[in-house]
Amino acid sequence: MKPLSAFLIFGLPLITIATYWLMAHLERRRLPEPKPQSFIQRNGWPVSVYLIAAVGFWALILIIFPLLYMVDYSLHPKLPPAAKGGPRDVYTLQNYHYFLFGSNTSRSSWNSTHLYAFWITIVMSLLITMFNFLICYPIAYFMAQVAGASTLRKYMLLLITPYWVNEILRAFAFGILFGTSGLLNTILIKTGLLAQPIDFIGQDIALYAGLTYAYLLLMIMPLYNAIEALDHNQIEAARDLGAPGWRIHWDVVMPFAKPGIASGCTLVFMLSAGALAAPLVLGGPKSLWFTPIVYDRFYQAFNWNQGAAYALVLLLICVAFVLLVMRLFRVSLSEITR
Amino acid sequence: MTADVELNNVSIRFGTFTAVKGANFRINAGEFFSILGPSGCGKTTLLRAVSGFLEPSEGAIRIAGHDMRGKGPNQRPTALIFQNLALFPLMTVADNVAYGLRVRGVGKVEREKKALELLRLVALPDQGHKRISELSGGQKQRVAIARALAVQPQVLLLDEPLSALDLRLRQHMRNELRAIQKRVGITFIYITHDQGEALTMSDRVAVMNAGVVEQIADGRTLYDRPETAFVAGFVGENNGFEGRIAAIDGAFAEVDTAVGRLKGRAGAGLKAGDNATIFIRPEALHLANGAALFNATIATTAFEGHATHVYLKGQAGQKIVMTLGRRDEGGDLSPGNTIGLSYAPASAIVLASGGKA
Repeated sequence: MKPLSAFLIFGLPLITIATYWLMAHLERRRLPEPKPQSFIQRNGWPVSVYLIAAVGFWALILIIFPLLYMVDYSLHPKLPPAAKGGPRDVYTLQNYHYFLFGSNTSRSSWNSTHLYAFWITIVMSLLITMFNFLICYPIAYFMAQVAGASTLRKYMLLLITPYWVNEILRAFAFGILFGTSGLLNTILIKTGLLAQPIDFIGQDIALYAGLTYAYLLLMIMPLYNAIEALDHNQIEAARDLGAPGWRIHWDVVMPFAKPGIASGCTLVFMLSAGALAAPLVLGGPKSLWFTPIVYDRFYQAFNWNQGAAYALVLLLICVAFVLLVMRLFRVSLSEITR
Repeated sequence: MTADVELNNVSIRFGTFTAVKGANFRINAGEFFSILGPSGCGKTTLLRAVSGFLEPSEGAIRIAGHDMRGKGPNQRPTALIFQNLALFPLMTVADNVAYGLRVRGVGKVEREKKALELLRLVALPDQGHKRISELSGGQKQRVAIARALAVQPQVLLLDEPLSALDLRLRQHMRNELRAIQKRVGITFIYITHDQGEALTMSDRVAVMNAGVVEQIADGRTLYDRPETAFVAGFVGENNGFEGRIAAIDGAFAEVDTAVGRLKGRAGAGLKAGDNATIFIRPEALHLANGAALFNATIATTAFEGHATHVYLKGQAGQKIVMTLGRRDEGGDLSPGNTIGLSYAPASAIVLASGGKA
């Protein structure tokens, strides 16, 4: 590994941490007596060492280093092992160039297949998120404000138990359900509603249904938590003042639950856009989800450098998109984590 | 516009539990009417039935002569002020006040004008732009009143709205509420467990116990002529002596109690031999000049400036309270002394036993 790469991956995070530590230290020295207890004084040595080691391991080794490694990877050309570190191992944007133009050098045409898949992934993830919200909001509202304790327990159980089944099995089950001779088509034909079976999988309907279903719980839980905290008297007060049902939701419940809505939507959007199992299993022959393309860069084209670039593009665009939407709805990050 | 409220044999049951039993009374238009009772007596349930949040199991509620059956809270000419006020924390003060108008489709300009007007009525001008969290307890109270008045209700329902305030503010808000009611002239139905609030503000008070309305009257009547033992014990301080009626003598009854035979005005429907309780107000008791009616031992005294409360123990261990005005003091009131007590029979009342406060 070149010194610049090593610096990028390991030096940068460590320098950042050291800088912050130094700033905190200097700030502390300027505090008047009595100074507040330091982190180590407050927790004692054993606990402090454990906390720093555990969080440090998790953040640095498991998240930051691998991610920066991928960034570094994406900025290098694909080379045989022998040529790594050699004169041809230079920093380049060719992998990102390839994503846009389908070639490492030419700009004659756009990489329409990949760009289109990327676009579809973002748009469909957005639609899946909205659809998911429409399904989950009434359920979450019912659970949080209407249901009694025993009904609530039953709902929780019914919502959680399907998630004991692993993702792959669930995806295959959806495949069977939506297949040309699957349960849904059989019922529709037997009841005379259809003459010919619908190709749910070819039309990607199975994929969208599978993705929607996969993240229901991740939408319901933040919504439920947010709505549950709302004083029921507020709903009654709005009703007493003459508000019809939809206005109570629009004016009172949703503004209050906004952090929960943002939190649920962010989770579902990110996970849908990054889902791999469902698109692989439920995707039709013409299916265009972006994650299988990324997967193919790594394991079909054996071009890890390009795969890293593709994955990072997806990550960055998703993060930017989420931040933009949060800005539009005036939700801050601290609210989401409440 | 104001309206009368009529309850015809209203009963409300939750499963096997009866929260309100056969409430049957009429609240006049423009009246300040309180429902007073201990917690759990069914007063809030009754209020929720009037506001439309729940339907009576039996009986009917009429507002301005119209049967309210099947009408939700948003279809009734009532507005409710919640115990915790339930202001909308994410809206400004003015938006809170104007909310009822907004859902009715009133235009922005008119809405703001009306909100300003109402905030002036509750003495909160120039606060419209503030957030709810920036207001003090008393100010929130006023916003809640303004918000409820904005929809021009014919009847305003108040569910112990002062209970969250401190004592001084509560006393101030009593006068304020009464003044606002006089100004807007609509019917107020006020729920409280605080007899001081009920007696000072109301035209009439209904005293409720265990789902039953025991007596409806103005404060003075409730205090001087309670009709049930519960009302006698709940409204104001009272000394009750249980016993059996020895004789009825015209308007008076004599009761054999543990401290001896005591005489007082007879309540309705009593006859010799009945179990009864004689109630003597602390301020009706005084030190005996001549022959004492009964003796008691002083436990403690509490000097309160305008009066002194003397806590006594009767011969059979009963707790007795006597309140002496400054002119009635005299003698040795130090603890341990046994003193002779007396009272005018006309100031005591004999009522059938039962329904302890």
